[in-house]
Amino acid sequence: MSNLLAQSRALAPTTWTVVLRALWPFLLGIAVGLFAYFYAGPELGGYHAQIARVAGINVILAVSLTVVNGFAGQFSMGHAGFMAVGGYVAAGITYYGTMRLVDPAQLSNGLFIGGLLSWTGIGQFEGPVLTWGDALFVGSCLVGGLAAAGAGYIVGLPSLRLKGDYLAIVTLGFGEIVRVLFQGTKDQIPPWQAETVRDIPWYDLMLRLGGPKGMNLLPTYTTLFWVYLFATLTLIFCYRLKVSSSGRALLAIREDEIAAQAMGVDITRYKVRAFVLSAFFAGVAGGLYAMDIGALNAGDLGFQKSFDIIIMVVLGGMGSISGAALAAIILTILPELLRSPPMVWPAGLALLIIVAAVQSARGRWRPRSLIVIAVVTAALEIGRRVAIANGINLADYRLVLYASLLITMMLARPQGLFGIHEIWEMIPRRRPQTAGADE
Amino acid sequence: MTQFLQTLFDGITVGCLYALIALGYTMVYGILKFINFAHSDVFALGAWMSITIAGWIGLGLTGQPTPPWYMGVLVLLGAMGVCGVVGFVIERVAYRPLRNAPRINVLITAIGVSLFMQNFGQLRFAFGAYPRPFPRLIDNTALFAVAGVAVRLPDLAVIGTALALMAALQFLIYRTKFGTAMRAVSFSPRNASLMGVNVDLVISFTFVVGAMLAAAAGFLYGVKYEGQAKQTADAMWVMLGLKAFVAAVVGGIGNVRGAVLGGLLIGLIEFFGVAYLSSQYRDAYVFAILILVLLLKPEGVLGRATVEKV
Repeated sequence: MSNLLAQSRALAPTTWTVVLRALWPFLLGIAVGLFAYFYAGPELGGYHAQIARVAGINVILAVSLTVVNGFAGQFSMGHAGFMAVGGYVAAGITYYGTMRLVDPAQLSNGLFIGGLLSWTGIGQFEGPVLTWGDALFVGSCLVGGLAAAGAGYIVGLPSLRLKGDYLAIVTLGFGEIVRVLFQGTKDQIPPWQAETVRDIPWYDLMLRLGGPKGMNLLPTYTTLFWVYLFATLTLIFCYRLKVSSSGRALLAIREDEIAAQAMGVDITRYKVRAFVLSAFFAGVAGGLYAMDIGALNAGDLGFQKSFDIIIMVVLGGMGSISGAALAAIILTILPELLRSPPMVWPAGLALLIIVAAVQSARGRWRPRSLIVIAVVTAALEIGRRVAIANGINLADYRLVLYASLLITMMLARPQGLFGIHEIWEMIPRRRPQTAGADE
Repeated sequence: MTQFLQTLFDGITVGCLYALIALGYTMVYGILKFINFAHSDVFALGAWMSITIAGWIGLGLTGQPTPPWYMGVLVLLGAMGVCGVVGFVIERVAYRPLRNAPRINVLITAIGVSLFMQNFGQLRFAFGAYPRPFPRLIDNTALFAVAGVAVRLPDLAVIGTALALMAALQFLIYRTKFGTAMRAVSFSPRNASLMGVNVDLVISFTFVVGAMLAAAAGFLYGVKYEGQAKQTADAMWVMLGLKAFVAAVVGGIGNVRGAVLGGLLIGLIEFFGVAYLSSQYRDAYVFAILILVLLLKPEGVLGRATVEKV
């Protein structure tokens, strides 16, 4: 008996493993962020680092939308609305908070080059990673995320009554209402009137968010470190959610709501929860976005931004986190690449070989998809060469090409890049052969 | 009182435009059950084709006298013809291969088509990337005044053309054999094909009719608001399309009469909101009404409730 007790004690997790299990996502996120900041950042240089930051923010947005659209199957078209809520709250707190913290004289002298704060602007990977300003910025992003989560709760409630297209339209309407409300706020207090900020109470400051002109001259705190820290945390969180019991409940709702209800899934709770979680990360991404470009305009966060995010999710595959992340990166880089298209055929050939290898390993040959890849690659390459030969500037045509690629993709592979699977699930696993298992 | 009547008149005029666009949304939704996001771009194409055709004929240049009325009709028919062909091509190339795909894919394809049309229109050999003035095709002076409300010829043209087109559509759907086929396909494509209806033809035709109505709305928009036509990738076109879509939903999507009613309702709500509350929240009124209607009566004012079966 005592032997058994000792055995069970040995099986119980030690404090160290429990702590490690709770902390490893954060540790990994910090590691990825530091890598991005100290190694990738200097390697990339200004223009590419900018694209890398936008790609990271888009990863957060696409992965968070996967929770609602991909897992729960609730088609939401107002994701940019959550982004706007988080972005405006975070921008307001950071902007006015900085004014309150920093000596106004200092602000008016060298605007946004304070010793206390990392008003870095262009030199994103110079100077210290962590300052008090960064703490204010990250705190405000989290508060923005919470505000967006509150909005997600409000939007999640109608989803209990509405389904499919109707829910899509309501979320679209929500996004537009958020946009209009932020465009109806009062004018921003400019930095040269920073002295007056101290006399105005907080709640009043939060109504002065720039109106139709949007917020400008925001401090640019967002670095590769913060973007990739949050991106990693979002990826880990959403993947852990997917494989948890809550995630399976969400997947059950996506597959068949009535059957899920019959199996005892509390549909109401899970749907609202999905909206709240998704909105939280979108809000954080909104804060990162605002403090990346140093300006925030509700007009840019309308339905077209929501469409961009949905396109990423659908292109990656509904319910595939790695697919959404990859699609977000591809779709951020693609329009930039199309400014001066590089050679297409090596990438096409590589894709052809990968797809062929996966198909042969699975033993299921799909010649049609191979032909489509070959034809599209050839067409793009020929188009590129003809354009270069005739001196046509392809940068003018890039968005037309982008739209054509999107349509082609939907016609050729309607389930998205990875369908409902993750990337690593696409590579077949060799099952151990057990004797007589197949008979 | 004058302000009330003026708002009412403006609301009805713009409501007619919304109704024309909404008809295209509602007919496609009624048959294929998906939101055709490219419809707003067909509307924009209608407006731009009107400018282009008028330019070809040499109409509406500044300093020239206003052309006779039948030239306007010629421009209208030309724009409708071009948009009808474009609507047919869109359905044939982008939507037909996805007839049995999940609706989300069709939706993304529609967004793709929308992006394509917006950016294609901006190319140099299409319409270019700069705004252009709408030609003046109809005399803009006030004809007569009712209780202080000046009634202009363009307004009457908008209302008249819209009503004529709606009456023609009503006749087409409820009085012709083809309309019966359309209603049959809308009810159940499979059963309709079993009864010998050529479903593909009906769907193509629906797209053509919807695109032509949107083109007419684009033309009338140009006639009513002279000013400038924003470039084809401007969010304004999509926003007008979205409001028309809201009109279709509010009236009961899939219901042709509902679309007309919804269009008028949305036009009135928008203009009364702007006139009596605040012009700042112009777009918010429309979407707030949408959310209210969907929460209280999701099937729309004239729609019929459907029960989802297991």
